[in-house]
Amino acid sequence: MAKTFRTLFIFVWSLFVLTPLSWAVVTSFKPPAAVNNGVTFIPWVQFKPTLSGWKDILGISGYANLFPNLWNSVVITTFSTIISVIFGCFAAYGLSRFNYGWKFYKNPDIIFFFVSQRIMPPVVLSIPFFLFLKTLHLLDTHLGMIIINIAGLMPIVVWLLVDFFNQIPREIDELARLEGCNPFMAFLKVILPISRPGLSVAATFAVIFAWNDLFFALNLTFTNAKTLPAAVVALNGTVTPFWTLSASALFTIIPLVGFAFVAERFLSRGGFAGASR
Amino acid sequence: MQTYKLTNTYYKRAFLLPGLILLVAIIIFPLLFTIRVSLAGWNVSHAGLDFVGGHNWARAFHDRLFWDSMNRLLIFSFFTTILQYVLGFTMAMVAWRGIASRRFFRVLWLIPMMTTPSVMAIVWRSIFREDIGAANGIFHGLGLHPIAWSTEIFPATFTIIIAEVWQWTPFMFLILLAGLLSLPKEPFLAAEIDGASAWKTFWRVTFPMMAPISAGAIVIRLIEASKIFDSIFSLTSAGPGNATETPSYFVWKRYFTEFQISYGATLSLIYLIVAIIVLTIIGQIFARLSKPKGD
Repeated sequence: MAKTFRTLFIFVWSLFVLTPLSWAVVTSFKPPAAVNNGVTFIPWVQFKPTLSGWKDILGISGYANLFPNLWNSVVITTFSTIISVIFGCFAAYGLSRFNYGWKFYKNPDIIFFFVSQRIMPPVVLSIPFFLFLKTLHLLDTHLGMIIINIAGLMPIVVWLLVDFFNQIPREIDELARLEGCNPFMAFLKVILPISRPGLSVAATFAVIFAWNDLFFALNLTFTNAKTLPAAVVALNGTVTPFWTLSASALFTIIPLVGFAFVAERFLSRGGFAGASR
Repeated sequence: MQTYKLTNTYYKRAFLLPGLILLVAIIIFPLLFTIRVSLAGWNVSHAGLDFVGGHNWARAFHDRLFWDSMNRLLIFSFFTTILQYVLGFTMAMVAWRGIASRRFFRVLWLIPMMTTPSVMAIVWRSIFREDIGAANGIFHGLGLHPIAWSTEIFPATFTIIIAEVWQWTPFMFLILLAGLLSLPKEPFLAAEIDGASAWKTFWRVTFPMMAPISAGAIVIRLIEASKIFDSIFSLTSAGPGNATETPSYFVWKRYFTEFQISYGATLSLIYLIVAIIVLTIIGQIFARLSKPKGD
């Protein structure tokens, strides 16, 4: 009984996961008639696959070219991840090893302050961000988007890493201190090298959230720094046909799905088992 | 001794302060600015930071459409999170007990979390198109009536929930699987020796031991669900009418299509305050409930 249920569940859920993805793949190769004249599912049988949807978004047919947007997404994601992991890992290590306090405001409260920033709906900050970036001439630039993204990523990074550092025995730091390291060197030379699993999990989540962000990209970038999601959503707002939209959707998610195969290794290990406690 | 203490304080601050200051600078100053804007009369015909007092706030409390969107958000968050939790837990149990080619399924099940919500919502839109979408195509093939996915309220709400469940159940799965893998082995051995059935072992051993992790996972998902915007923006554009409009979308429209800057700022602050209050209460309740009984 249990075994049948298990097999059935695996089958049904995997089918559910694959449905929208395979529909997007099939649709992206459809000629107009295969979309507009009734629903079709099977290439070669029901329609002859064409590359026109892909040519539309890769700048070949002159309809749209998503490569500059891909570049923007890569630059913004990479730098906002690196910066938030660097600042976040120092803060997280500090919170895990030292006692901070200001009146009755102690370590757990500071950690909660970091994490609670995730509650902030992006829409609350959109107008000030818009005006501040405009004043600083950073609107529609990579640097502007990187600064904005850090605010969303650092809470995740700190939340995951405090817990990870807590699991590393304090004796290791103390040994390093006895060897003559100051706290800074002890962290850089001893703790960081053995923290690779925790850093990988934190960086993976940062990459996912940075790459997938729509709200700020939608409202704070226009042409120069427009990221992939914002560009694809803009296509969705026009009369772009579904075969082109499907191709652009796949173009956006393929880099991260490729990344999933690499990242799964860190993610499903118990790396952040305690983080949710 | 004195110097040791002094340097220790120095290092202590050097670790925490850069990150803390960066976060405060990026978030808190803009937040203060939003509060200031909410007290002004900034709109499409009048730009600037004058002072009109609580006018916008009084107006916001009587804005039926805004509070309707808050109710809708409550429904969306509740149903998506419950579904994600139940399905995510089932997935984690299945993966935990070992399935054939485990890594393959784990990667496959994680993929939705890696995909871009706003972009996947476009794919869902193409599936739920009433005339040329896959869903009605399959229904037609099975001899069933087509469903008005985008013109009726319930089906439209359902499409959003499906998209959200597809997207974020893997996140639940990931946290719950990590939790299951970190559980001690002894209680399960004891249950086995006592001859407890799998069903009983789950309710008496696994589920109670997972309670703190479950509570954490649910609260995290509720926090993220409370900001829902992307899938609504690309999938239904809040339609039909405004039947799937959430506060984020509502405020976004006031801001970027109507330029009611001050009024939008007020609404966004009310949204933030309600979110903080509700999430704090839920967090506290869950923390109490999930504490192990007896000790």
